[in-house]
Amino acid sequence: MAVMKMKFPFQKRVKLAQGLWLLSWCATVAGATTFTLGCLLKTELHRRAEVMDNTDIHIVPNTLMIVGLASLGINYFASKICQDALDAGRFPRWKNFLKPYFAISCFFTVLMLLTVIMSYAMTGSLESSLKVGLRNGIRFYKDTDTPGRCFQKQNIDRLQMEFQCCGNNDFRDWFEVQWISNRYLDFSSKEVKDRIKSNVDGRFLVDGVPFSCCNPSSPRPCIQYQLTNNSAHYNYDYQTEELNIYLRGCREALVNYYMGLMNTIGAGVLSVFLLQVHTVLTAIHLRFLQTAMEAVAGNENTEIETEGYLLEKGVKETIMEYLDPVLKFLLLKNQVQEGETAPVTA
Amino acid sequence: MPFMSVKFNLQKRVKLAQGLWMFYWLSVIVGISIFSLGIFFKIELRKRSEVMDNSESHLVPNLLILVGMLACGLNAFGGKMCHDALDPIKFSKMKPMLKPFMLLSCGFSMLLLLVALLCFLMQFSIYLTLAEGLKNTIRFYKDTDTPGRCFMKRTLDITQIEFRCCGNNNFRDWFEVQWISNRYLDMSNDVVKDRVLSNVEGKYLMDSVPFSCCNPGSPRPCIQHHLTNNSAHYDYDHRTEELNIWTRGCREAVFSYYSSIMTSIGVLIIITIILESMDVAGLKYLSTSLETMTDPENPECESEGWLLEKGFKETFADVLTKLKTLGRANQVQEGGDAPEVSPP
Repeated sequence: MAVMKMKFPFQKRVKLAQGLWLLSWCATVAGATTFTLGCLLKTELHRRAEVMDNTDIHIVPNTLMIVGLASLGINYFASKICQDALDAGRFPRWKNFLKPYFAISCFFTVLMLLTVIMSYAMTGSLESSLKVGLRNGIRFYKDTDTPGRCFQKQNIDRLQMEFQCCGNNDFRDWFEVQWISNRYLDFSSKEVKDRIKSNVDGRFLVDGVPFSCCNPSSPRPCIQYQLTNNSAHYNYDYQTEELNIYLRGCREALVNYYMGLMNTIGAGVLSVFLLQVHTVLTAIHLRFLQTAMEAVAGNENTEIETEGYLLEKGVKETIMEYLDPVLKFLLLKNQVQEGETAPVTA
Repeated sequence: MPFMSVKFNLQKRVKLAQGLWMFYWLSVIVGISIFSLGIFFKIELRKRSEVMDNSESHLVPNLLILVGMLACGLNAFGGKMCHDALDPIKFSKMKPMLKPFMLLSCGFSMLLLLVALLCFLMQFSIYLTLAEGLKNTIRFYKDTDTPGRCFMKRTLDITQIEFRCCGNNNFRDWFEVQWISNRYLDMSNDVVKDRVLSNVEGKYLMDSVPFSCCNPGSPRPCIQHHLTNNSAHYDYDHRTEELNIWTRGCREAVFSYYSSIMTSIGVLIIITIILESMDVAGLKYLSTSLETMTDPENPECESEGWLLEKGFKETFADVLTKLKTLGRANQVQEGGDAPEVSPP
């Protein structure tokens, strides 16, 4: 009892094979695109690796690259099958590869969809990683003479200028750390001594921000020191005036940037996913072709009409047929069959 | 005796036509890249037109766009001609168009040469425009409330950050202008009044620079005010210490950027000229080899192709006499009848 039997005249077989071949090539290109998108995302994440605490988020581009490569290989393989499909002499050698091809193809298609879902699910992880990374970056801003931290200042400055942001949550994060190195503080000065004594840890805290927080679009020359002191600047009110530093926090800016990037890439990957699903569905047609070709095999007249079907036996029996080797491998089917002789024990 | 003649059989002719077709399409791609480079250059000039006083000359990018489009069209047509050349019917139809097309290609190569020259010479013009424009931009930096100059501050800040430069020649240009607007100066303050009275024009001059001059790579938090005052900062000597602002002037920085763009475009145009000349030479060989077929009905016959029908000197003399007769066409020939004046 076959599932979904269809009649296949020669013309239909030819058209099916050609259509499948074209679709496989499109899917190959789409697989290459997915790989490229994965590489792009990885490069962008790597560029800002200094302000990220862990590399958990890298699983998204890594999976994309793997899926892209696999999809490239599978679809190239499928197009090769289609090319040989109509040649009754060359087709039989592909017979053994069709079942694994279906299985692997379905697996990677599902994996593609999972990657897109994962990129949304990992927003929280990215945010916490950035929170810790930026906090450390701001803390070690002044350590330009400590090996391993020499470039923190430069990285944070360039980050703040490029993403137009200041601090971790906002600019007030700079008030809580000492970002001016002790090498440049005059410890004999009364003002410096007062400030250091005024807090428990003995840090030189100021209500100022680095120059990289300055906003070039502001009409006023940048006020970066004594931000909360209204009398230090002419015609300046800290509460009411629009500050001429960036108000946005860098964590928010970076999360928005990466989420935007992943949304765009996700849209691209989703369209590739749809194409891949389409290809798998047509591969099911290939199954029809395979069964139709089997009827032609051994027959000299290749232009006869043949029948093709989706599954040779019913659905349940076919599933059992697929699962049997897997279960046997897992030693779940070690039982002795009824009516069989028991294994002879030596 | 033809100049540089080569014998052709059928195989050679076919190969020549195919090779020439590929060359023409390569030239089309080069034409497209010239077109896109022209557009890119135009956009780059527009982006920074404020630091050039909006008076920069767009001659070079406009010419590049025009030349790119012309190159595409000409070479696509040439490619089509090569494609049709081996078919005798189509070849006889296009024979009259060959000579004008080759003359047009030569003229186009002359135009390309002119554009390449311009690419190299207009760099001087850009240098002068930049010098003048930057001087004005620095002067109007503070006028963020004057219509038409609102964005000078922003443009100059972004330029200084992007090109890692400060001022026109160097950072000392900022010491000579008042770059803080009077709106933000407390005129009742003694310090301010002293400074304003200390110079003839009543400008508030300082030895400070804007924040956009700061170098993020410097290990020290940016010192932008009181640059020449050693006692204002701890452990600071402005003569010996490596300043943590950019020391390069913006004129030099922006000019080197534009200069590199123009030089690479110039080199690409020279490559295009060489490609064009090779195309014309190939087309001449192809057309002469097809015309001199001893037996037009038999495609496999031998033929000869050349660049010039007579030798180089004789062709040159021919061209000169032709030009002379063009000029003398209106004169009465010796021994000819005088034009009759018919009585009214």
